[in-house]
Amino acid sequence: MKGRHTLAAAHIGVAVAAFGVASVMGLLQALSIADIQFPFRSESLYYVSLTAHGVLMALVFTTFFIMGLGYALSLECLGRISGRSAAWIAFWVAVLGSVMAAVTILRGQSTVLYTFYPPLRAHPLFYIGATLLIVGSWIWGAVMIASYRSWRREHAGEPVPLSIHGMLATIIIWYLATAGLAVEVLGMLIPWSLGIVGKVDPLLARTFFWWFGHPLVYFWLLPAYVLWYTVLPRVAGGRLFSDKLTRMVFILFVLLSTPVGFHHQFADPGISSGWKLAHTVTTYAVVYPSLLTAFTVLASLEVAGRMKGAKGLFNWIGRLPWGDPFFASVALAMIAFVFGGFGGAINAAYAMNSMVHNTAWIQGHFHVTLGTTVTLTFMGATYWLLPRMLGRELRLPGLARIQPYLWFGGMVLFSTSYHIAGLLGLPRRVFTAALAGQSPLPWGALTKVAAVGGAILFLSALAFVIVVLATWVSGKKIQAPAFEFAVPLRPVTAPGVWDRFGLWTALAVVLLAAAYGYPLIQLLLHPRYGSPPFQPF
Amino acid sequence: MNVEFYEKIWMWAAAALIVVFLGAIFLTAGLQAVYPPSHIETIDPTALATHPEFSNPGVKLQPDGSAVVTVVTQMFLFSPDPIEVPANRPVTFRITSADVIHGFEVVGTNANAMAIPGYVSQFTVTFKEPGEYIIACNEYCGLLHHNMAGKVIVK
Repeated sequence: MKGRHTLAAAHIGVAVAAFGVASVMGLLQALSIADIQFPFRSESLYYVSLTAHGVLMALVFTTFFIMGLGYALSLECLGRISGRSAAWIAFWVAVLGSVMAAVTILRGQSTVLYTFYPPLRAHPLFYIGATLLIVGSWIWGAVMIASYRSWRREHAGEPVPLSIHGMLATIIIWYLATAGLAVEVLGMLIPWSLGIVGKVDPLLARTFFWWFGHPLVYFWLLPAYVLWYTVLPRVAGGRLFSDKLTRMVFILFVLLSTPVGFHHQFADPGISSGWKLAHTVTTYAVVYPSLLTAFTVLASLEVAGRMKGAKGLFNWIGRLPWGDPFFASVALAMIAFVFGGFGGAINAAYAMNSMVHNTAWIQGHFHVTLGTTVTLTFMGATYWLLPRMLGRELRLPGLARIQPYLWFGGMVLFSTSYHIAGLLGLPRRVFTAALAGQSPLPWGALTKVAAVGGAILFLSALAFVIVVLATWVSGKKIQAPAFEFAVPLRPVTAPGVWDRFGLWTALAVVLLAAAYGYPLIQLLLHPRYGSPPFQPF
Repeated sequence: MNVEFYEKIWMWAAAALIVVFLGAIFLTAGLQAVYPPSHIETIDPTALATHPEFSNPGVKLQPDGSAVVTVVTQMFLFSPDPIEVPANRPVTFRITSADVIHGFEVVGTNANAMAIPGYVSQFTVTFKEPGEYIIACNEYCGLLHHNMAGKVIVK
């Protein structure tokens, strides 16, 4: 595996491997909740696989994919990766950390789910492994920033390439978000799991977790947006509608992604309703750049259809390349996000949130957003990246063409059922919908429909992994196609106010301090007792 | 900013949509006092056995007909169980946990709060329909999480 993009390809390879393992876990859960018997079905297998699925999908698959995408874009758009050896060290640190965490999970020593709320205690190596994964991603961010600075010195009067602009925004959000996680894991959980301190405050830990946990969503989503803005219009044969507005959108995310965590804690004691309301305002504000994204990306696609000769109001839609696996994946991802976004707006309204909090609605919701919008985009992007990174033709193109549709169809069954079951009160994260023998009838039927959806999703995941493996191993060697990016209708010609990353980062820190400073002080001033550790099994 | 006409319309429409969403939340908060459960009270989770209130969880009927229900959650049960409360009267739940984080969700209602060790969750609801309701733990709490269910009987 030697070539220009070996570094990026190694990251994408780990991402796909993690995704493949996690998909098997996903199937087991969908069957188990629906009370469908299979060999070795047990409570412990269910909760172990739930933990593994969450950690591998939400943390390992996404982080490695985003790091790989970042390196590929840096090399193509900036012509460099400054600090390749640091990048390789980061890769191995992150791999080591992921393996450590995964081994303790699969041995049943860390069945704490991907949220690892104390006082449930995992094996110390689970927390240390997760930390190493994050440290790897911090080094990745530093390498990306170093590459940008080196490029900037040579291109003083130019605007930064749009895809790098988006990746820099992603990295800033990631540093702000993981600061909260570092306080929780390094300051509280690692010493506590090792027995150095006896007790931790579960609410304080939870608050730091959600400081990290919601911006984590934008860490996933923004690289997907980068692909929507800079690659999708090109693949569709059109132009990017607005360069400047796109830059503004990414900066709005830098400002608004982090001061929003309390909307995950509406049902928690210990945080006053005024601060929950304040975070509600920022949560709705961060919907705004996504609404602008919907406009710009759709307008870019309409331009594509019209450049191909479409007339009338809607027939540009039919002119788009629906048979291209990248295009189909991203287009379906965007359709899913219309529903996912409005579902999110419901979750953020606390009166409605109390009907759906911690019910199956939530797993239905994030399988539309993370599980479809982000995942389908990343799968499509893998089809786009592989020939360019490896210099190999995509194998089994027919399978690659139907795979995104299979995913979308499976997810419609899976997610719709869980949304409805959640509205009917089915709690999330249960081994069986027959809750202590009490199961209102629709729960059973709905979870069975979701299981059918889960089986279809598994087939789609399998198809994806097979295409990637076949391409990697035996794809026909070709001259690697060029990385081509969308040309804006109205290009930005000089660095402007949206390129001032230092200024915007400083403002984001101020907003974060305003959103968390007082509530944290309030929490710390109460007499707090803390909890000793408990084993989940 | 050099944005085209349609883009400008969309930017204003999107902003208006968000203002409407937030307006709805602020109006219900201001006029009807609709807030999430946000009680702030701490308690030693390792000393519930000697706590004057939580050592003896149960339903206390008040002179005005309302009820205060003290609930302790622990792996994998709710105490008391079942919980008998009056219909059409304010029922105030006071909930804490003796071990890990649990959820307290009365299925089919908007009574839904986290039980966090070290803290007391408190909220008030009124059950209008007499009958039996399932209490489900909706936060993963260990191997038998799915078996952690209780009952509210509204009379």
